[in-house]
Amino acid sequence: MGAGHGGALTARYVGGTTRVHRLEPHVKLVAVLAFALVVVATPVHAAWAPAAYAGYLVVVLAVAAVARVRPGRLARGLVVELPFVAFALLLPFVTAGPRVEVLGLAVSRSGLETGGGLLAKATLSVLAATVLAVTTEPRALLRGLQRLRLPAVLVQILMFMIRYADVVTGELQRMRVARESRGFRARGAAGLRVLGATAGSLFVRSYERGERVHLAMLSRGYDGHLRTGPAAAVRPRAWATALTLPVAAAAVLTAGFVLG
Amino acid sequence: MTAPSLLVEDVAFAYPDGHQALFGVDLRLERGERVALLGPNGAGKTTLVLHLNGILRAGRGRVSVAGLPVGKPTLREIRRRVGVVFQDPDDQLFMPTVAEDVAFGPRNLGLPEPEVAARVAAALDRVGMAEFADRPPHHLSFGQRRRVAVATVLSMDPEILVLDEPSSNLDPAGRRELAEVLQALPVTLLMVTHDLPYALQLCPRSVVLDGGAVVADGPTRDLLADADLLAAHRLELPYGFDPANVPSS
Repeated sequence: MGAGHGGALTARYVGGTTRVHRLEPHVKLVAVLAFALVVVATPVHAAWAPAAYAGYLVVVLAVAAVARVRPGRLARGLVVELPFVAFALLLPFVTAGPRVEVLGLAVSRSGLETGGGLLAKATLSVLAATVLAVTTEPRALLRGLQRLRLPAVLVQILMFMIRYADVVTGELQRMRVARESRGFRARGAAGLRVLGATAGSLFVRSYERGERVHLAMLSRGYDGHLRTGPAAAVRPRAWATALTLPVAAAAVLTAGFVLG
Repeated sequence: MTAPSLLVEDVAFAYPDGHQALFGVDLRLERGERVALLGPNGAGKTTLVLHLNGILRAGRGRVSVAGLPVGKPTLREIRRRVGVVFQDPDDQLFMPTVAEDVAFGPRNLGLPEPEVAARVAAALDRVGMAEFADRPPHHLSFGQRRRVAVATVLSMDPEILVLDEPSSNLDPAGRRELAEVLQALPVTLLMVTHDLPYALQLCPRSVVLDGGAVVADGPTRDLLADADLLAAHRLELPYGFDPANVPSS
């Protein structure tokens, strides 16, 4: 309806039949999580850390290439990282310790390393997560989380979020059109009051919808357990393929420790 | 004689805030009957519907479905026997895909997976939505979602199908398609509606509920021809519509 055809949350997913697309979602989730852990385990103050970051970058870009994820997509995925970037940029200025000159500014060496490390680690992890999001349908991700034994309540909350994001966005959209059709423009304190009222009524509407959905679930025999279909068996090859990502990263890390 | 599909005896109900919504409702639906439940807003129609599958429990009186009384011990079986299709399909369709949603009820019944799959296929086929099984519900048109909502309860093999305002928000084509689907279903049907021509098209019999009580019960054609009855209960035919001119189906 109001929202785009693909929906707000499915917009990231791009269909395909590459080897990465075909992997089972829970296998991919484990691989990405393991990759992130290896990246995070890299000591920021080691002299070889920048080389290791470059190594991880090569690894994750290689996976992106296999999955045929376009660079533009990857770049857009990095948008979620912006708050961390702001924080990382601040670190060299606020951290105590010996100073170094960068572009004529005296900044903390330790802060520069920590900030740079934070930025590099966040970027690498977000890149891996973006490849996951682009190659896996949201509902497949849910199945993956379920298979990994994430508590059922959390999976259900995520599931409803994905299902109703578009419905709620549609409602918000219609309220905006209705506001603007009557000449409303968001300006000053009065504007804020109207937007506050919009948020309030959206909350009430969503709450009521939640109650109606629950009623509809009860009417079809819901008893607190969400039963899903049988899970397909995982080919051992799938694990081997998926774990290439964290294993390659671990090799980079080990090389750093040994050679550095 | 077999038990009626639905038997409502002297059901009265007051909400916790003291508002009395039903004052002794009696209603009997024989197996295979299609009945429209008419009445103005606030007449107690939705309250009555929620009694049929035990979401609300009567303060007085009894409800039974194909001979089984509605009560706490029978709730699971009652909810299988009574398929309620709510007004907004977005409330009814909450699973990620059409097929998973239609499978929700049968899985709650504890059916084995091959049986679930067979029921999903059959139910979607009944409503002409088989090719949309793997789609997310928000990719469907409103009319398609309404038909999938019907399939979500058909898959539970209900004794009686209860539809709340089935024709609301449908365009004329969607309305006709749904009517064709409903007419072909071999189940008992109770349809809550303001849409009097739709009631006439689908239901040979109608019941008028007002002020929490049944005020009329008879052939739909006769009720709709009774101008005084309609006026007394805020029921109105669309402009220019004359039930006497509608050919009997």
